[in-house]
Amino acid sequence: MEELIGRELPVDEWADTIFDWLDENLNPLWTFIREVLGGAYNLLGDALNALPSLAVIAALGLLALLVRGWVFGLVATLSLLLIDWIGMWENTMLTLSMVTVACVVAALIAIPVGIAAARSQTVSSLLKPVLDFMQTMPALLYVLLAVLIFSVGVVPGIVATIIFAMPPGIRLTELGIRQVDKEVVEAGYAFGSSPAKILRQVQLPLAMPTIMAGINQVIMLALAMVVLAGMVGGPGLGQVVLASLSRLDIGLGIEAGLSVVILAIYLDRVTGALGSRSRIARLEKAA
Amino acid sequence: MSALSAVGLYKIFGRRAREALRRLQAGASIDEVRPLGITAAVVDASFEAQPGEIFVVMGLSGSGKSTLIRMLNGLLEPTAGHVYVDGKDVAALDTRELRRLRRDHMSMVFQHFALLPHRTVLENAGYALKIREVDKATRDAKARESLSMVGLDGWEDRLPQQLSGGMKQRVGLARALAAETPIMLMDEAFSALDPLIRREMQDQLLELQSRLEKTIIFITHDLNEAMRLGDRIAVMRAGQIVQIGTGEEILQDPANDYVAQFVQDVDRTRVLTAASVMEPAKAVVIDTEGPRAVLRQMRQEQVHSAFVVSRDRKLRGTIRDDAAQAVVGRGGDGLREALNTKPATVGADALLADVFAPSAESPLPVAVVDEDHRLLGVIPRATLLGAMASLVTAEPDGAAGAGPDGTAGSGQPPGPDGAEDRAEPDPMFEVQRGSASGAMPGGSSGGGV
Repeated sequence: MEELIGRELPVDEWADTIFDWLDENLNPLWTFIREVLGGAYNLLGDALNALPSLAVIAALGLLALLVRGWVFGLVATLSLLLIDWIGMWENTMLTLSMVTVACVVAALIAIPVGIAAARSQTVSSLLKPVLDFMQTMPALLYVLLAVLIFSVGVVPGIVATIIFAMPPGIRLTELGIRQVDKEVVEAGYAFGSSPAKILRQVQLPLAMPTIMAGINQVIMLALAMVVLAGMVGGPGLGQVVLASLSRLDIGLGIEAGLSVVILAIYLDRVTGALGSRSRIARLEKAA
Repeated sequence: MSALSAVGLYKIFGRRAREALRRLQAGASIDEVRPLGITAAVVDASFEAQPGEIFVVMGLSGSGKSTLIRMLNGLLEPTAGHVYVDGKDVAALDTRELRRLRRDHMSMVFQHFALLPHRTVLENAGYALKIREVDKATRDAKARESLSMVGLDGWEDRLPQQLSGGMKQRVGLARALAAETPIMLMDEAFSALDPLIRREMQDQLLELQSRLEKTIIFITHDLNEAMRLGDRIAVMRAGQIVQIGTGEEILQDPANDYVAQFVQDVDRTRVLTAASVMEPAKAVVIDTEGPRAVLRQMRQEQVHSAFVVSRDRKLRGTIRDDAAQAVVGRGGDGLREALNTKPATVGADALLADVFAPSAESPLPVAVVDEDHRLLGVIPRATLLGAMASLVTAEPDGAAGAGPDGTAGSGQPPGPDGAEDRAEPDPMFEVQRGSASGAMPGGSSGGGV
């Protein structure tokens, strides 16, 4: 193409221009995002690290016991104790805070967007390529973009994580709502229910297991972003991994990696259990 | 005033629906507009459902009946035409008014029940009331009441999946009943149930309907179900209503070959009534007459027994010639002691299926009586079998009439073609009517119908 036209298509220049415009003109928005995400992260991270680690471990262990039973409760408690024992507790809590903030924001965006997509074929069709783009664009680029807007620190890591981790939340929310028995929804309309009531009383409860599976995926993808977030100054386990890389300290790297794995498995099992504990999920299993 | 009426309803799916509508309304056939790439689901459907009637819309799948019922409560917007409920045009209502109409005037029962799987039976039954924001105590009370109407006491706290199909649909029915709407739309409500349960549900619906007298629009593809439930039936084919009438009208006078073919497999004994096949009683005597007069009449009629009625035609019993002779031999003059006071009787609207058993057990023809036990006519066994035989051939022009009428040469014009004058006996019996009225003592009006 370049030979035919005579010059390269200047996508890079356009992107720069758009980006500069965004950076300069939407400043209040960026400030707002920085304040909210950074504030939430600091609050949560400080709180988790202010408490004695054993108390937090006991609480997390109890939660595990409640949602999945005593075997998982015991294994979870022992694994978390291991993190504490190898000296990774503080960094693990920072990573947990970052992942939590990112996932909560991602879910708060994903669920309403998923609902909109389920209700409107137009929204769904428009959204599909956007979601494909978000999921396949190399995640490092989001980090880069976020750094240019928010400068280094924890916020660009969280923003990049939100963008990268959100798509499955949207997709599965849409799928879940679309899968709800059409006749049941029709019954709602036939008895004179409003669309908002049908959403609240019928569609969301029936779609909950699928939506929870989406949230579970969001959390898993968020954990996969930990190291990238560490590259731009996000504190926590990601930075420890990077430090071990630069110092060729394999032992340190394994300690941090192990902590990420334990955290990931813990979050996956707990959120998975929460999803399958809903009345609908139990009914589906029994059927 | 009709409870619900549809006037010239059309529903056409597809991008060029407007154009197809224009051409259909100008008289084009459905086949002619099909190249437009549209689906004409309902074409020019009009009917009126009377208050308290079960109006059945019957057709095979794809005939447009589900589309039709969804236009009645505005779940689908008609391409053209109007639906009037409670004097309002459903298609002209805005969203809010439409919602109110659905809450207050029409409830719906669905083929696959459409219950909320995460709610208990009680909560499901009260769903319509919850939508109306009725307080919980009232809602639960009404839900309990309607669950008890459908025989689900004690199941309130179960979840739908713990119930069998028939019970689930009872919950669906209870939900519609609890809404207390005058109109109920039932979309293939019993089609997903197995035959025995379906039968049971039909009985229950009829029993409930006899008390509640709602206006029910019932969609089905099962002709026997239509005949059983429907006060009137609309037969749909390819989006069009081809005939509206009672089950008997449709059976005896199908509007076209399609309907005739459709109804040929119907179990007629469950549709036709005793009144439609009965004939005038041949030998009837008044209970005040003496045994000698009775015997003379029997000789004239060449019969061995006669029906005995009072002056106001109430059936008193039957009498045999030997019993009457015995009375004469003893020198008595009253018929009373010689009467068989328990003759086999059926009501005028008894189905033929229910006439077989009394007919088999009785040596005499089965007597057809009205509510006051007045003798309306009789069904001899031969008539019952003859009626069955003529039904099996099911000629639309009434084969039952043609043959006997010709041979008897009674000079009577062929009987009216079923529909308008069903109560009239077939021409086959016209001949006998002459002699029967001769047997009527006291010149009481002949025919007995």
